[in-house]
Amino acid sequence: MAKSPETEHPNKVFGWAARDKSGVLSPFNFSRRDNGENDVTVKILFCGVCHTDLHTVKNDWGYSYYPVVPGHEIVGIATKVGKNVTKFKEGDRVGVGVITGSCQSCESCDQDLENYCPQMSFTYNAIGADGTKNYGGYSDNIVVDQRFVLRFPENLPSDSGAPLLCAGITVYSPMKYYGMTEAGKHLGVAGLGGLGHVAVKIAKAFGLKVTVISSSPKKEEEAITQLGADSFLVTTDPQKMQAAIGTMDYIIDTVSAVHALYPLLGLLKVNGKLIALGLPEKPLELPMFPLVLGRKMVGGSDIGGMKETQEMLDFCAKHNITADIELIKMDEINSAMERLAKSDVKYRFVIDVANSLSPP
Amino acid sequence: MGKVLEKEAFGLAAKDESGVLSPFSFSRRETGEKDVRFKVLFCGICHSDLHMVKNEWGSSIYPVVPGHEIVGVVTEVGAKVTKFKTGDNVGVGCLVGSCGSCDNCTEGMENYCPKLIQTYGFKYYDDTITCGGYSDHMVCDEGFVIRIPDNLPMDAAAPLLCAGITVYSPMKYHGLDKPGMHIGVVGLGGLGHVGVKFAKAMGCKVTVISTSEGKRDEAINRLGADTFLVSRDPKQVKDAMGTMDGIIDTVSATHPLLPLLGLLKHKGKLVMVGAPVKPLELPVLPLIFERKMVVGSLIGGIKETQEMMDMAAKHNITADIELISADYVNTAMERLEKADVRYRFVIDVANTLKPSPIL
Repeated sequence: MAKSPETEHPNKVFGWAARDKSGVLSPFNFSRRDNGENDVTVKILFCGVCHTDLHTVKNDWGYSYYPVVPGHEIVGIATKVGKNVTKFKEGDRVGVGVITGSCQSCESCDQDLENYCPQMSFTYNAIGADGTKNYGGYSDNIVVDQRFVLRFPENLPSDSGAPLLCAGITVYSPMKYYGMTEAGKHLGVAGLGGLGHVAVKIAKAFGLKVTVISSSPKKEEEAITQLGADSFLVTTDPQKMQAAIGTMDYIIDTVSAVHALYPLLGLLKVNGKLIALGLPEKPLELPMFPLVLGRKMVGGSDIGGMKETQEMLDFCAKHNITADIELIKMDEINSAMERLAKSDVKYRFVIDVANSLSPP
Repeated sequence: MGKVLEKEAFGLAAKDESGVLSPFSFSRRETGEKDVRFKVLFCGICHSDLHMVKNEWGSSIYPVVPGHEIVGVVTEVGAKVTKFKTGDNVGVGCLVGSCGSCDNCTEGMENYCPKLIQTYGFKYYDDTITCGGYSDHMVCDEGFVIRIPDNLPMDAAAPLLCAGITVYSPMKYHGLDKPGMHIGVVGLGGLGHVGVKFAKAMGCKVTVISTSEGKRDEAINRLGADTFLVSRDPKQVKDAMGTMDGIIDTVSATHPLLPLLGLLKHKGKLVMVGAPVKPLELPVLPLIFERKMVVGSLIGGIKETQEMMDMAAKHNITADIELISADYVNTAMERLEKADVRYRFVIDVANTLKPSPIL
């Protein structure tokens, strides 16, 4: 007989899960494995609420395996380390991000690009190396192979640093890979949400000129005064869009709704690069003439490998980059998800897990 | 009629959107101090010529004298010309002017200059509209003239001036020119067949990707491709998933990108050199989850066009052509529209283009 989530593993765990595509989360008892020789057990302090969590609880992408315990922006304290673990000791402050497993022997893994390993497994809603389902950070603890645990730098706050584990690396990785870090160059950031606001901060730390590209004029003041963007471009203002044609070296497109690429491609200079990070449900329309006539490029990127995620955390610590967050209690998660669906958050919810997650 | 210049010329022009070409008398400027004047021997028929004579891109200014794969023999050079002399074999491709001072021009990428002037259909500095190589002679600024190496047959080299550079430039720019790489070529027409030859010369393994099985034999036996894949066959596509470093997509009709993206390895590059008029569907997830990219490319700069021509000479790369007489050009255009040519028509201008007594 199949084991239940509660009895599957030896150690009882408490969290919140979505049971169906209504996406509503509620208390959930399950279990986790013993701490193996390569593992680190993390008592979870905070967990960021990523838009992916919302997509997954609602089965927007069609592959959710309920019950789903989301959460892949996890910061906590190591409470146990296995005998082969060298990088961490009990009491260390650590992070766990989007992936907790990979084959560790393919070309991608050898290049520290576990995120592109064909056998990569996600922190939640995926099957782990032991063949059982992974449950994420909306829970009191998590057990993770040391390769997928990150050292959290001292001066990074646990709560506002947590979102860097997904949002931060998702923008940092392509900026490095596609050569978008040259000081003085002009970056456009399309969309000002969890990814977008972190992209502005990281880009400024690289010395780039940053223009936020958005359909909502009311975000302008914050973009400039709070986040440090140099300018703001409203996509619904044809004159301003016209004036900005051919002015940007790169664009990071964080918009996950289906949207027009044509105006964004027009903003790029010759040889300009547009990096798509948002995950629209349907394909986008790609006009070929701007691509061909200007040798422009549309590329993608998916989080980052473990080594570069650590590099990103250290970079953010050095430059005092954190996410702008709204701290919530675990039992506020459903209304937070509703607000997230309307982009009503500046700019990431973070669950105060340690102080608000308690079994009934 | 437009402004009359100093020297008489004759050629073939389309007068309206029917695209039908007929004899046309016009004029060209006298040889300026930086100009090279040459008698046209051959001119390739590029698919762009067909688009332009029929105004399919909406930018045609009639009458249109097409032709941007032009080869000939120098008859006169201006006083300040240093690179060419009378009697040299030369060619002109798609560009005859650019600003010379922007970043693109100074980096040898005149093809991306915002003020680029194409060989036909563009306004020149003297306020006339440029006329292309379906004509008896050309006059062109030295900076846009290409030397045709002696060992290349002029007729079969002509198409390299557009088709050749169009595939060569992105292969070099995107690093898809390394021996041992696996390159896919989508579409086996003017661009595609030359793409196969250059990729093989660069030491790459080449797979031709086509919608029809019928081209398998020639792709492999005539052009030297290593493998052939029918994109409409899901099994063939599945077996080749994740195997290609780059794909050169020469198809200008609307077509699905998803299977092509699937054929790429991680970090693979899909290079679009065909220019479908309508936007294509771009599935974003393969770009994100496998860090792939879609890039565009437009011909190439002058320096790299010369580099391409020299490489073609070294490796004996020429286009596979069907040589035609000037009075066959309308039939050729009809056949080109149906892709009924292996793989480029070239007009034997010098021997068959005669001035018409009727203006």
